[in-house]
Amino acid sequence: MRHIISILLENESGALSRVAGLFSARGYNIESLSVAPTEDPTLSRMTLVTTGNEAIVEQIKKQLNKLVDVIKLMDLTEGSHIEREMMLIKVTAKKSHREEFKRLADIFRANIIDVTSSSYVVELTGRSRKLDAFIAAVGFDHVIEVVRSGPTGISRGDKGLTL
Amino acid sequence: MRELAVELSGAEIVVRALKDEGVEYVFGYPGGAVLHLYDAIFQQQDVRHILVRHEQGATHAADGYARATGRPGVVLVTSGPGATNAVTGIATAYMDSIPMVVITGQVPSAVIGSDAFQEVDTVGITRPCVKHNFLVKRSEDIAEVVKKAFYVATTGRPGPVVIDIPKDITDPAVKIPYVYPDKVKMRSYKPVTEGHPGQIKRALEILLKAKRPVIYSGGGVVLGEASKELTTLVQETGIPITQTLMGLGSFPASDDHFIGMLGMHGSYESNMAMHETDVLLAIGARFDDRVTGKIANFCPHATIIHIDIDPASISKNVRVDVPIVGCVKTVLKELLKGLKASKKKISKDSLKDWWKQIDGWRDMKCMTYVHSDQVIKPQFAVETLHKVTDGDLYLTSDVGQHQMWAAQYYKFNKPRRWINSGGLGTMGFGLPAAMGVQLAHPDKTVGVISGEASILMCIQELATCMQYQLPLKIILLNNGYMGMVRQWQEFFYDSRYSHSYVDALPDFVKLAESFGHVGMQVENPADLEGAMQEAFAMQDRLVFMNVIVDPAENVYPMIEAGKGHHEMHLPPHLRAERELA
Ligand SMILES: Cc1cc2nc3c(=O)[nH]c(=O)nc-3n(C[C@H](O)[C@H](O)[C@H](O)COP(=O)(O)OP(=O)(O)OC[C@H]3O[C@@H](n4cnc5c(N)ncnc54)[C@H](O)[C@@H]3O)c2cc1C
Ligand SMILES: Cc1ncc(C[n+]2csc(CCOP(=O)(O)OP(=O)(O)O)c2C)c(N)n1
Ligand SMILES: [Mg+2]
Repeated sequence: MRHIISILLENESGALSRVAGLFSARGYNIESLSVAPTEDPTLSRMTLVTTGNEAIVEQIKKQLNKLVDVIKLMDLTEGSHIEREMMLIKVTAKKSHREEFKRLADIFRANIIDVTSSSYVVELTGRSRKLDAFIAAVGFDHVIEVVRSGPTGISRGDKGLTL
Repeated sequence: MRELAVELSGAEIVVRALKDEGVEYVFGYPGGAVLHLYDAIFQQQDVRHILVRHEQGATHAADGYARATGRPGVVLVTSGPGATNAVTGIATAYMDSIPMVVITGQVPSAVIGSDAFQEVDTVGITRPCVKHNFLVKRSEDIAEVVKKAFYVATTGRPGPVVIDIPKDITDPAVKIPYVYPDKVKMRSYKPVTEGHPGQIKRALEILLKAKRPVIYSGGGVVLGEASKELTTLVQETGIPITQTLMGLGSFPASDDHFIGMLGMHGSYESNMAMHETDVLLAIGARFDDRVTGKIANFCPHATIIHIDIDPASISKNVRVDVPIVGCVKTVLKELLKGLKASKKKISKDSLKDWWKQIDGWRDMKCMTYVHSDQVIKPQFAVETLHKVTDGDLYLTSDVGQHQMWAAQYYKFNKPRRWINSGGLGTMGFGLPAAMGVQLAHPDKTVGVISGEASILMCIQELATCMQYQLPLKIILLNNGYMGMVRQWQEFFYDSRYSHSYVDALPDFVKLAESFGHVGMQVENPADLEGAMQEAFAMQDRLVFMNVIVDPAENVYPMIEAGKGHHEMHLPPHLRAERELA
């Protein structure tokens, strides 16, 4: 099963490689990983997407917690949560397709943020599946470049993953 | 403010912090990146530096010191090759959860990343085999980092911690105020010690209902100093106890409740008991594959309770029914309190029947071997060693058959007496580890059991032993083979002994003598006891005994990797009996 694990960790050089190293050393799957400092510059927030059966995911969480740089973590998939991923996609936009791509962007609530005579850059945010669907709708033939942030997530309700 | 802070250089701060941490010995080897540190060491007397002959030796010596005392071992090496040479010893300590602080020199901050002379990414290389590591960025941080390093290394599940210090950080020309912090604040590191009372209560209820209980305890009892509590638990309940290779000595082997080591080379009775038990109480043990054998066949009838300080050890390999996260000592104390308060007791009748069954397995006498008056049997050598030393040695070991025979036949009655590399299985560990033990306990007798292949991996440390007058007693069980490898090749590769014959061996007697020690050679079983007596009587000399043993002997019982506890190979002379049984 797919799990989204949110991790609060020390914002120190090396903390990221400890997490990445743990996954490769123990052979755990890692689908995506995104990380940035929080409002408190000494803290980083990481969102990590992994897959595995219950025993493996349990072990992943324990091993992550064991890292000295990890302060707290939370398995978002255990409760109700919001998941968002951001994508920047560059597509060929020749005359014949310009209108269609604009309409498509509207339907997906995406923004066209760069325009040339032959291309668009589209910005789109949503669940990962929505981004997949947009790429499919555009058609692989028209894709020049795709940049995805990997999912980030937050739990619903008034509780948060804080110190 | 306590007192006016003294002004010290980074190098002086490192050494002073070690002193303030109560460090007696630093095991090390100098080089360019640590010259400032060595100069600071030179100018003080509080922290004693022991010069080894290879950085691997430094790490094993510090490790041996830690295993023998429970206090962290300390290492100092230079950057680049100094650090990489230390990695094997760091990984060895990591696998067995040994507290250690390793200080590595690094190239100056300004040239990090430029492939400078003797630069390696020490933090990167050691990351997967340390509990934590630090790269010091400013001299002002040294004291706090050292404090944190010792704190992390020694608390929770212990382990090695590396501190990498660039050369400019230890510059003797730059003096800054020094205060050693008396407390550590780490919001991201808070090891649990107390077990959950609800879980302890559940464990107690299950234990009291047990009909065929077994205690399976490991290195965690040694690390957590809980021998006393464990012994009380066994004696008050009458439950049979088996131990891992790492747990030996934390319950007296001479006590009748001890049914031997378990696992791949464990006793028949302990492995059979594991197979039949209905309640398994695992204490500070990590369900290693050498212990469990095939997981699907592991303790098929048992409800499993597991006490461990590391949540990640629990249900890692084997699903556990009642996890108790906490320090063995505190949890066992609570458990004992609960037992005392409970009106219910474990059924005496069931336990009696259970012991009857176990005694039946014991009657197999799986540890017997066929004596010889022609050639020294390695088992006989260990038994003789036990006899000559009254079972009171601190005994370190290398890795191989001799290690297993020592574990099986030298009955350890006290914790921290049996010192060996279990998790990593590092050949070369025994001799340097014994140096650390001897320095920690100058008045105790320290032995090394080794093989002719293993001993050569750190043989250079004989010079260190000479320099510091460490009167170790080395018992080399010389079978002319990498015996453990040869045994597997005999069993699983139709006796094709590919590269397991140890050819071109040195004359060990002369070798020992060339380092200034006493060498002895024994080949005849009848001479062995007398020779050992003679060796151990030489209290202030290192004696190297080259004991020529039967080259064909194998370690029994044996469970093949991937087989269940009930599928043991017994020694050839007992196989017929098992068929009858
Ligand atoms: C050639 C060879 C053959 C071997 N054959 C065998 C064999 O037949 N049988 C065998 O048993 N081993 C054997 N081993 C050793 C084996 O590889 C493992 O090292 C060993 O089984 C692990 O022992 P342990 O479970 O006690 O764990 P350790 O490595 O000692 O781990 C200790 C456990 O206790 C926990 N702990 C630490 N401190 C505390 C505390 N204060 N409170 C609570 N918990 C704590 C830790 O988290 C950890 O889970 C062999 C090794 C070699 C090299
Ligand atoms: C550094 C290292 N290399 C290789 C091995 C694999 N290995 C395990 S036991 C063994 C043979 C040890 O031979 P010896 O020291 O003579 O001991 P014996 O088994 O003969 O008692 C080897 C090569 C190891 N454990 N460690
Ligand atoms: Mg040998």
